[in-house]
Amino acid sequence: MSVWLTLAVNSIAYGGLLFLLSAGFSLIFGLMRIPNLMHGSFFMLGAYFGVTLLDKTGMNFWLAALISGAAMAVIGGVIERLLLRRLAGQELAQVLLTLGLSFIVADLCLMVWTGDPWQPATPAHLRGAVQVAGLFFPLYRLAIVGVAVAIAIALWLMIDWTRLGAMIRAGVDDAPIARVVGIKVSQLFTLVFALGAALAAFAGVVGAPYLSVYPGLDAEMLPLALIVVILGGTGSLLGALVGSFLIGFLYNFGQAMLPDLAYVILFLPMLLVLVLRPQGLFGRIVS
Amino acid sequence: MTALAIRALCKSFGGLRVSADVSLAVEPGERRLIIGPNGAGKTTLFNLITGELAPDSGSILLFDHDITRIPSRRRAHLGMARTYQIITLFPRDTIVRNVCLALLGLSPMRWNPLTAFDRQRPLFERAHAALAQVGLTHIADRQLSQTSYGEQRRVEIAMALAQNPKVLLLDEPFAGLSIDERRDVGRLLSAIPREVTVVMIEHDIDTALELADRITLLHFGEVIVEGTRAEVVADPRTKEIYLGA
Amino acid sequence: MSAITPRRAAIGIALLLLVTLPTWVANPYYINVSSQILLFAVFALALNVLVGYGGLVSLGHAGLFAAAGYAGALMLQAGYGHFAADVAAIVLALIAAAVFGALALRSTGIGFLMITLALGQIVWGVAYRWASLTNGDNGVNVTTRPRPFGLSLAGADAFYYATLLIFLAAVASMAVFVRSPFGASLCGTRDQGRRMNALGYNVWMIRFVAFLFSGFWSGIAGLLFIYYTNFISPQVASLQTSAEVLLMVISGGTATLLGPIAGAAIVVIMKNVVSAYVERWNLVLGVIFVAIITFMPEGLVPGSVRLWRMGWRAFRDRGRAGVLRNVPEPPA
Repeated sequence: MSVWLTLAVNSIAYGGLLFLLSAGFSLIFGLMRIPNLMHGSFFMLGAYFGVTLLDKTGMNFWLAALISGAAMAVIGGVIERLLLRRLAGQELAQVLLTLGLSFIVADLCLMVWTGDPWQPATPAHLRGAVQVAGLFFPLYRLAIVGVAVAIAIALWLMIDWTRLGAMIRAGVDDAPIARVVGIKVSQLFTLVFALGAALAAFAGVVGAPYLSVYPGLDAEMLPLALIVVILGGTGSLLGALVGSFLIGFLYNFGQAMLPDLAYVILFLPMLLVLVLRPQGLFGRIVS
Repeated sequence: MTALAIRALCKSFGGLRVSADVSLAVEPGERRLIIGPNGAGKTTLFNLITGELAPDSGSILLFDHDITRIPSRRRAHLGMARTYQIITLFPRDTIVRNVCLALLGLSPMRWNPLTAFDRQRPLFERAHAALAQVGLTHIADRQLSQTSYGEQRRVEIAMALAQNPKVLLLDEPFAGLSIDERRDVGRLLSAIPREVTVVMIEHDIDTALELADRITLLHFGEVIVEGTRAEVVADPRTKEIYLGA
Repeated sequence: MSAITPRRAAIGIALLLLVTLPTWVANPYYINVSSQILLFAVFALALNVLVGYGGLVSLGHAGLFAAAGYAGALMLQAGYGHFAADVAAIVLALIAAAVFGALALRSTGIGFLMITLALGQIVWGVAYRWASLTNGDNGVNVTTRPRPFGLSLAGADAFYYATLLIFLAAVASMAVFVRSPFGASLCGTRDQGRRMNALGYNVWMIRFVAFLFSGFWSGIAGLLFIYYTNFISPQVASLQTSAEVLLMVISGGTATLLGPIAGAAIVVIMKNVVSAYVERWNLVLGVIFVAIITFMPEGLVPGSVRLWRMGWRAFRDRGRAGVLRNVPEPPA
């Protein structure tokens, strides 16, 4: 019984992390129409950066996560402004550009941080477990879910209730027309790309005590973000939320029950969706 | 037997009705002109006829043969050819090769992975003949990307004529042409033999009027007026739609 | 007697050099690099059928390459002879190509790219995680090379000649394919997919058949690969491998047959050279990718020609009056 419970808790925590990762990916895909193939790199680089901060300065965990997010936002913004914008209108070239950049980042990380995995300690006040109804739940895993939900709410408020969110929604619906009505779509692109990078980095740091950081983390997380977003629908936060938890469960239970095929199991719902319902469960854009 | 018959054709995109219960019957050899203001659903109607778009309801008959469920590519084999409002030619190829590609589409040779395409004499000769019909023989070997807009419009027509269609659909063949070019294309179109039924969309009524036997006026996806040239021109609704609306 | 054009002369000389290579390249290491170039050239040519002629960019072709490689290696490990193993490899490559095609061709452009990426990842996932089948990260050893007509391919020279023969067969088949009516149809679907349908072509089927053709030669390249390296591991099915072969195609230029061959040479030589001095091949791969896409999207070969022409024109026009500076050149 407790095995299933542990799996369930892990699934939810993993789903929370995936949401943080995929929300940015979904926004970038919805607005800029490109799958950002360096999203996994932002996750990994952000994690390395945050963990280094923690190691060298011993600052507050969440502060380190936020600073890492901010740093990645700057890097993401610069990449968008200097490189991606040069290829405006050529989505295929932009995708390949992000692919090339992901290789560069992966190798740079290997050079700087070497190949040893790094697992920072869980933040002091979140260690241990909490007892609910006679069952023990690891506190940190619950915290991850809490953070993910908090950010989901913040994003939803931003998208649905602010002017900026309205502009983003307009851009996702129809970028050329949005330009015509005066929305500075190019600047939105930079902003959303930076935001996506920040969310991914934040997720990387938050996930580090749970997943640790190691070379190849980027290549593991990217396909998951891809699957979540295709499953849930591009440009849809609700889709990213539902998809993340679905995949979280599929991944953890799959690993436990069918380890040989765990990876394949993940992709099958995605392929089904692509074939039967290309816009995903909640999305409105067909690729 | 009608050449092309459309019965109660309906198409909506979400809440937007682009074709509302459209019915049409074009006799063999007839020259039918479809007019209407922008957004009337003229090109959509063409897309439905060629099969590039699937209707929500209604039927399309080609020489009394129901083609509503037949995929677009097979309608070409049944004798339907069309030109496009926006030029969609093959820019990397020469003019004559563009026409050859149109001819190849109807030939079983298109599946042949072994012979050399450029050495197919009969095909190239037919292409040259089609180009002669539109007066482009002198630039047959020029790269398409280096020809003028007017010349490209004529290539479009050559490609359609080369297919020896039974029903020819022309989508705004005069769009973007100068006065001289319009005269040339107009002459070209009137020279098309009566074995070919021609249905033409045109926005500029003046140029197309002389070519038409009957005219259908569309507005907001519906047929408003239909009749001979004289009837449609005199009809008060025509004036209202073009001047009043 | 057909005319000896400069192009034909160049091809003739290249052929001569290739055929006599083991005589003027003494070091077996370089002969092996040449074999490597040729086998990756076959792979790049196969991918270019889709990318260059079909207008469909695939990021999952390593899946086809590795599927054939694994099939061959595992069959050999199970005790089957080379003929059975090779046939199984090609059959699996074709089946994989059929599945890939049926799924990926639901879409074009970026959708196609994502589906092929996902499919390639699935193959990688099977290779990496299904350890009971594929031996996972430890890979599979391939201990013997085939003996066509009893000849041994163990030496660098012999293997080179075998690879050269297959390479030439691949190039010949591609040349015939591209010049055929089917090839023209495929290029037509690349340029105006919608119109081709209205012209009577079955666009989906044309692309699907092209996918199978591409899969066939990717599989052959995969077999050459396992016989060359005597080993296969999940890395061969990775996104990185798909990116490398795509880099070969775009660096050489997609519009010609020579492009992917040149691209394969460039990438393989660089990979071997870089790996000798520095461990950071991934970094170099990424930098080159970014550079080519940003500055020379049409490929190194055509791009360099373009930049050279720009430089020459600037030099030639430096004395001309302003009005004449922008006069376009007459069509070539």
